[in-house]
Amino acid sequence: MNSAALRIISQEDRELCRWALAGMPGVVAASEMQPRPAAATVSTGIAALDALTGGLPRGALTEIFGPASSGRTSLLLAILAQATARGEVCALIDAGDSFDPESAQAAGVGLKRVLWVRCGKNVSRFTFHVSREEELRETRNAKRETDQGVENALKVADFLLQAGGFGLVVIDLGGVPPNIARRVPLTSWFRFRRAVERTPTALLVLEEEAFAKSAAGLVLKMRSAVATRRSPAKPLPCHARLLTSTEISVEVVRAVAEKKLPARAVSFTTRAQWAG
Amino acid sequence: MFAALYIPDLPVEAIVRAAPELRRCAVAVVESAPPMEMVCALNQTARARGIEAGMTRLQAQARDQKLEVRKRSRAQEEAAHAALLDCAQAFSPRVEDTAADTVIADLTGLEQLFGAAAKIARDLAKRASDMGLEAHVAVASNPDAALHATRGFSGVTVIPPGKESELLGTLSIEALSPPPQLLDTLERWGVRTLRALAVLPEVAVTARLGQEGLRLQRLARGATMRDLVPCEPPLRFEESIELEHPVELLEPLAFVLGRLLEQLCARLGARALATNELRLALSLQPSAISEADVSRFMFHVSREEEERETRNEKRATIFARTLRLPVPMLDGKLFLKLLQLDLKSHPPAAPVLKVTLAVEPVRPRFAQGGLFLPLAPEPERLELTLARIAGVVGEGNVGSAEPLDTHRPDAFRMLRFMVTPAGLKPRHQEADTQRLKPLGVRGVLALRIFRPPLPVRVDLRSGKPSHVRSVRINGEVVSAAGPWKTSGEWWKQQSNRRNTEDIEKRDSWIREEWDIAVASVTAKTDAVGLYRIFVDDRGKWFVHGEYD
Repeated sequence: MNSAALRIISQEDRELCRWALAGMPGVVAASEMQPRPAAATVSTGIAALDALTGGLPRGALTEIFGPASSGRTSLLLAILAQATARGEVCALIDAGDSFDPESAQAAGVGLKRVLWVRCGKNVSRFTFHVSREEELRETRNAKRETDQGVENALKVADFLLQAGGFGLVVIDLGGVPPNIARRVPLTSWFRFRRAVERTPTALLVLEEEAFAKSAAGLVLKMRSAVATRRSPAKPLPCHARLLTSTEISVEVVRAVAEKKLPARAVSFTTRAQWAG
Repeated sequence: MFAALYIPDLPVEAIVRAAPELRRCAVAVVESAPPMEMVCALNQTARARGIEAGMTRLQAQARDQKLEVRKRSRAQEEAAHAALLDCAQAFSPRVEDTAADTVIADLTGLEQLFGAAAKIARDLAKRASDMGLEAHVAVASNPDAALHATRGFSGVTVIPPGKESELLGTLSIEALSPPPQLLDTLERWGVRTLRALAVLPEVAVTARLGQEGLRLQRLARGATMRDLVPCEPPLRFEESIELEHPVELLEPLAFVLGRLLEQLCARLGARALATNELRLALSLQPSAISEADVSRFMFHVSREEEERETRNEKRATIFARTLRLPVPMLDGKLFLKLLQLDLKSHPPAAPVLKVTLAVEPVRPRFAQGGLFLPLAPEPERLELTLARIAGVVGEGNVGSAEPLDTHRPDAFRMLRFMVTPAGLKPRHQEADTQRLKPLGVRGVLALRIFRPPLPVRVDLRSGKPSHVRSVRINGEVVSAAGPWKTSGEWWKQQSNRRNTEDIEKRDSWIREEWDIAVASVTAKTDAVGLYRIFVDDRGKWFVHGEYD
């Protein structure tokens, strides 16, 4: 079949689609679809990361995941600091009740513009265990309570996204074990994505592993941080050592953007509050 | 010109205002205690069925089986009267509080604002109807003529200047409320209408009836002119309803609250006001309060103690809630939803007998939206969302955080979350901010807090942590820095809290902190976790947080 014949069939198909969809208002034929415009982005507060990704997309879900001490929260605070400096109102849904206002203040976050929802307050009670059975039982209870925290976080996210008007909504599942966070159905992530679509809200999710899959517009993987201390040639005793900074590397796992990314990973440093 | 508003059968109208479904029924209002309850007021439908004022409840019900009998409610009558004043003051600042069921408004100069007198009269009647009151409205050139017209004619009456005598003439002489002796004299003369009195010669009337007779004649002619006595009613917006039967469920209670809110919002709207505080008081059924509560009031040593206990008991039967709003609002549906959510999380302890709802009047919020203002949620929607969230996570768990001025670890308090327009910067200022603060190349090392601190077993080697083990962290300590000693507020230490196991409940703190890097034995990678751990004065180890 030559190319001219193909073109004719294509035109006939297009006419057929138009005829079939004539009685279905609101439904657009695939052949008529326009390319989606590039999403507006906002700065993350980390220059290197902005240069790599162009910032966080508005009207989309961004996923930041990584293991403990991988720098997720440091990046979150930088993003919140930028958003509040722009005068936007932000919401932080804290499933594990682990947000530290002091760190946030040191990072420059305008706390009065951050709505903090503590979903996991007083849900995890750990005690010393006399026996192995008791320890197992406590662990099961803790998991159940954390499960409740995640469930509350999802409910609260629904409320906030429906209310609208927030520049940034963060769902922090960073302290939730992956086996519990994995139980969040994929439909919930798609529902959230749908709720923020065509709104100026940027939705951010912090996790230990990536669960939103294709619902996310941007997925960032945080690498393990390498602690660096002031270590002169001669090793110092413990009381003279100081944790001053960590090296964080961010890898872009998924980015639904038109432009081609210049690289896949970037590094930046986080400094402790006492290091100046 | 003056406009008079009159509510016929005020006790009935006050009841019907809170229960509009009764408007088409025959309604009689009774007062006094059973079994001597007497009909004190009734509506036109009841009159048409042969019911009369002064009948006992049984007599009235025997005359008409379908008669709706309600107890008189002074509180509802006061609220209806206040609504009538609000209605008049929505149009004129000069309003006379003539009687409980009548007000007169001065319309001088209002034609420029609201149109002709006839239109103002119609608008007044419509406004009263919106407030749940079926009022008679009359407009005349003097207050007394308007007063007599509104009491004598139903609906809207407009008396053009100079036609007072002609239009008022058909009214009965009793409309002037003459003294009984004068009334007898006039009846003996055969004077039964205002017209009959108006046409009598003035000198002859004065000679026979004195100055009072002359005054009545001028009233009958509609030719008096007196100064209006304007009132300044206090801005008190309170509505209450006494329920026929105790209400136990939230849904019927919400129905009642909805009506009260509707009336309050209409009254606030009439005065161009809004509210930022709602006060709800529910009178509870005393017998339904738990026996444990009642038994406390049973044995009294002295008379004073008994009286004090009785006062306490009365206070216990009132369930009060106050909702404070961040900005002035005027949305009955929103208020109802907020009250519903609040009552759902704080239900009353017994069935409800009486509902009283009061609002704090404030000037409405004037907000100018701007193209260059950053994104912010609408205050009304935000308030509702916050109430919904508080219903899920608890009241103290939603808001904005404020670190406290102390060295105590993890010291902060939760504030009510509010978005103030003053806190929003226009976008051009935002651009300046970004110019002043160039994008950083590094962030601040953040800490994730474990609340409460996570108990952990720590093995020491040469006084340094070498291995940690807990439910969530288990591994070798590859690096440790510390200890950093910290303590404080020991002067506040209470003996009963000194040895409590719950570390969060202690007044003071004393601890030695370490920063450790842990190579987890369960992790699949060689990643290390950075934690802050501490040992308290009892030698117990906890994880304070995780550097992330």
